[in-house]
Amino acid sequence: MTDFSKITIQGYRRENDRVGVRNHVLILPLDDISNAACEAVANNIKGTMAIPHAYGRLQFGEDLDIHFRTIIGTGANPNVAAVVVIGIEPGWTKKVVDGIALTGKPVVGFSIEQNGDLKTIMDASRAAKDMVHFASELQREECSITDLWISTKCGESDTTTGLGSCPTVGNMYDKLLPHGIYGCFGETSEITGAEHICQKRAINEEVGERWHKMWKAYQDDVIFAHQTDDLSDSQPTKGNIEGGLTTIEEKALGNLEKIGRTSQFIDILEPAEAPESGKGLYFMDSSSAAAECVTLMAAGGYVLHTFPTGQGNVIGNPIVPVIKITANPRTIRTMSEHVDVDVSGILRRDMTIDQAGDELIEMIRRTSNGRNTASEALGHREFSMTKMYRSA
Amino acid sequence: MTEIPHLLVHDHDDSVGVVVIEGLLANTDMLVCVTHDNSTFRLTCSEDVPIGHKVALKDMKAGDTVFKYGEDIGIMKADVKKGEHLHIQNCKTKRW
Repeated sequence: MTDFSKITIQGYRRENDRVGVRNHVLILPLDDISNAACEAVANNIKGTMAIPHAYGRLQFGEDLDIHFRTIIGTGANPNVAAVVVIGIEPGWTKKVVDGIALTGKPVVGFSIEQNGDLKTIMDASRAAKDMVHFASELQREECSITDLWISTKCGESDTTTGLGSCPTVGNMYDKLLPHGIYGCFGETSEITGAEHICQKRAINEEVGERWHKMWKAYQDDVIFAHQTDDLSDSQPTKGNIEGGLTTIEEKALGNLEKIGRTSQFIDILEPAEAPESGKGLYFMDSSSAAAECVTLMAAGGYVLHTFPTGQGNVIGNPIVPVIKITANPRTIRTMSEHVDVDVSGILRRDMTIDQAGDELIEMIRRTSNGRNTASEALGHREFSMTKMYRSA
Repeated sequence: MTEIPHLLVHDHDDSVGVVVIEGLLANTDMLVCVTHDNSTFRLTCSEDVPIGHKVALKDMKAGDTVFKYGEDIGIMKADVKKGEHLHIQNCKTKRW
């Protein structure tokens, strides 16, 4: 028997004692109109990365809260060494800088009004250059695999995900959660059909009831309020249907295989919210769209993402390595460059779920140590903000 | 398992199995494996069925509930015979 708690990784231990597996210097726009300046800074200073996105203006209420949580959480993620924030005006820019600064990492903000793009780009480039010098001297050090925060979400699922790749992730969680990692699953709409099973996987009745209330609120407030048909082209998706999934219930039951046989979730997170109830598994109220969901989980502080796919979702994330797992032999034959862990042996019955879980843990170890995932090598940096309603 | 299965079934009570090989042709004498306990049986499929798609394990009528993972995954909208392709043309969600 492997003692999983003894597995070590080479990570970056940050100022707040969290462990990261990447060492990014981010040029982070507060809002859509600051994207150009951020991209110019990233072009000037090698070793930095801009994360352009679509929103940040005239938002209000819960929608604005999610925006700030996502931007601040992205900068605060332990895979990020240092951050330059650029916004159109200083007020909200400072709010993001102050939020990220709570981690203790270097962060500085610049605003464009009364400076213009060119002066902002020059000043921010100088700051970014200093941050690259700082980050490039940081060393990886030995950490425990149990220091990791590992999230999961599946995409372009088919019937093979429920048979192979999702149970592989579940097996990993069953093995690592008891040793103290943080886990996270979500995809609120996609639990429909398995909600009775999911609710029972809560640590206690109170958490289960809160979970059901959250799930029901999405059904009532979003689906039933906005549906124009039976969602048969959206959930399941056309890709899911091509892969053989017929109904949302079937998809949900496969999806839920990601939390294994014994794992229980201890609390529920708002979108992009960081967990505060200690080690264990969390459910994040989130979209089932891959880029939106992974963006929210990364903003919640998760440093590695395990992503089962059937038909071959190609998603990546700018700051979090996304490990792709598939059991579908056709996907391996036609798009192997997107696959990190091949568990098609489960379908041939020459690989057990237990063996597949061990292979995933080994890939988590190697990825933590620096191995680029398929999505990193292919340049997938999807960063998608969750938008709740129209801006003011 | 020396022979690679053509069809996997999650639970003994399920009404469908999943094709796990490419290019399955009509009239193939399929090796079916129930993943719950790795028990096997044989079944002939009556149509070409793509990888990932489902085959009915028994005759069902419109209105019948379809079971997979031992759970309700939807309702039949048309009759289906054992060995036939079961998908959106004859089965539908009970939600939404």
